[in-house]
Amino acid sequence: MSVPRFWRELDTRYNLIGSYCKITKTYHYPRRSFNPEAGRESIGSMEDYQFKGTGEIVSSTVVHQAQTGYEMFGPYCIAIIKLDEGPQITTQIVDCDPEIVRPGMKVKSVFRKLGEDSESGILHYGTKFILNEVSNLEEPEENIPDIEV
Amino acid sequence: MREVSIIGIGITKFGELWDKSLRQLGLETGLAAISDAGITSKDIDALYIGNMAAGSTLQQEHVSALMADYCGLASQNIPATRVEAASASGGLAVRQAYMAIAGGFIDIAVVGGAEKMTDVSDSESSYTVSMGSDEQWESKAGATFASLHAMMTQSHMAEYGTTREELSAVSEKNHFHASMNPMAQFPFAISAEAVSNSGMVSSPLRMLDCAPNSDGAAAIVLCATEKAKKYKKKSIKIIGSGQASDTLSLHHRKHLNQMPAIRMAAKRAFKSCGKKASDLDLIEIHDNFTISEIIALEEIGIFKRGKAAQSILKGETKLGGKIPINTSGGLKARGHAPGATGIAQVVEIVQQLRGEAGDRQVKNAKIGMVENHGGTAATAVVHILEGE
Repeated sequence: MSVPRFWRELDTRYNLIGSYCKITKTYHYPRRSFNPEAGRESIGSMEDYQFKGTGEIVSSTVVHQAQTGYEMFGPYCIAIIKLDEGPQITTQIVDCDPEIVRPGMKVKSVFRKLGEDSESGILHYGTKFILNEVSNLEEPEENIPDIEV
Repeated sequence: MREVSIIGIGITKFGELWDKSLRQLGLETGLAAISDAGITSKDIDALYIGNMAAGSTLQQEHVSALMADYCGLASQNIPATRVEAASASGGLAVRQAYMAIAGGFIDIAVVGGAEKMTDVSDSESSYTVSMGSDEQWESKAGATFASLHAMMTQSHMAEYGTTREELSAVSEKNHFHASMNPMAQFPFAISAEAVSNSGMVSSPLRMLDCAPNSDGAAAIVLCATEKAKKYKKKSIKIIGSGQASDTLSLHHRKHLNQMPAIRMAAKRAFKSCGKKASDLDLIEIHDNFTISEIIALEEIGIFKRGKAAQSILKGETKLGGKIPINTSGGLKARGHAPGATGIAQVVEIVQQLRGEAGDRQVKNAKIGMVENHGGTAATAVVHILEGE
């Protein structure tokens, strides 16, 4: 992905910044300047909102033929989760056996590397999710460098 | 509004056609369709091209002008338009031509669809297909196109008890139909057991639940019905047309096991001709994955929600059954060349309604439907065709 295309969404990706609509009192992710349910009135009434990063699994699958850029993860779990504030997102569930993930399980967000453009290209970081129950087991092996957001 | 008829059809074999270019495929089917219609290039008022991915797979955009040129229509400066809506590109191109003729702007249009998916590696063509979903918030999060359909399947299984055996019955039936279609990419039968034991792609979807990424092309000639007799004794009328859209991302939908765009497109198509689901004799369904055929049949109203899978297992959608579905072999076995698929589906229904479908002919077929969708059904196009 091109640098500006990734850069524009940095806080959305790193910090789960979405939008809160003051008219319908609903939450949206990713960020929108317009709430489809409220229409034109919502313009100017959408506030940035940082999601708590907690939610639950709605549906999941174990991906055996990986998406481009995800080949290193081997069979991995992709899920649609419902954030506690309401919106649903598609995300990878990490740090657990992908086969144990089931609808209804509680999850929370973690900051992880998503991929890289090439050996010399930019690294992509963003949010993935882990299961609440197994989240205390061990630190992930991957060494995540500190970076300025 | 004027009535519109299909007076000519053409199709190539679908598959890995390494010796053929996009322009060759387009020319072949275009010529076949106009020969079948008995028209000459001078009779054509406009060209519509369904193509999803030439930019990604061939680094070639502007496919409309390319096709007009290589089909010999550049010298008459014909209006040529490319239509893109992921895998619904073909069906949507048909609808654009239909509206132009029905609205009285033109009398005769050629609608062609062509796609080259095997000039690039499997991983590149798979990524290209997933561009029909949300690249930023689905694909880049690690979701493959198959994984999104896998989650629909999980959700359908959890709510309605849909089983592995029922999913496998969809592929088995479509391969059985393809064994009678010489243009199919996989013209042979496979057993339900083979489907159930094929390699896992994204649980619970296995390799033989998934349509291939194919090369192929198809074309049809549309003509104002009032002028159709001049060219063709027996033409097939487009009596209904409907189109709908939905959220681009699957995760923004209320129900993961429904495809509301198909429901709305079908409803609009039925409304436009005063027909209902029970009037249909056969349907071509966009079975890019086995689950899609099951959900689409529920959305169109052929079966009640949660009941389609059992009916498919019982053989009700097989040739000779209550309502044959995908007599061409469907996307799974005829092949899936995104921009061409929606037009190949029309070609199959026209052959059936003309009574020219050979061994796979549906007896007394009078009214057929074509359902074509893009992405995870963020666009759906439905046409209803009637024979004379």
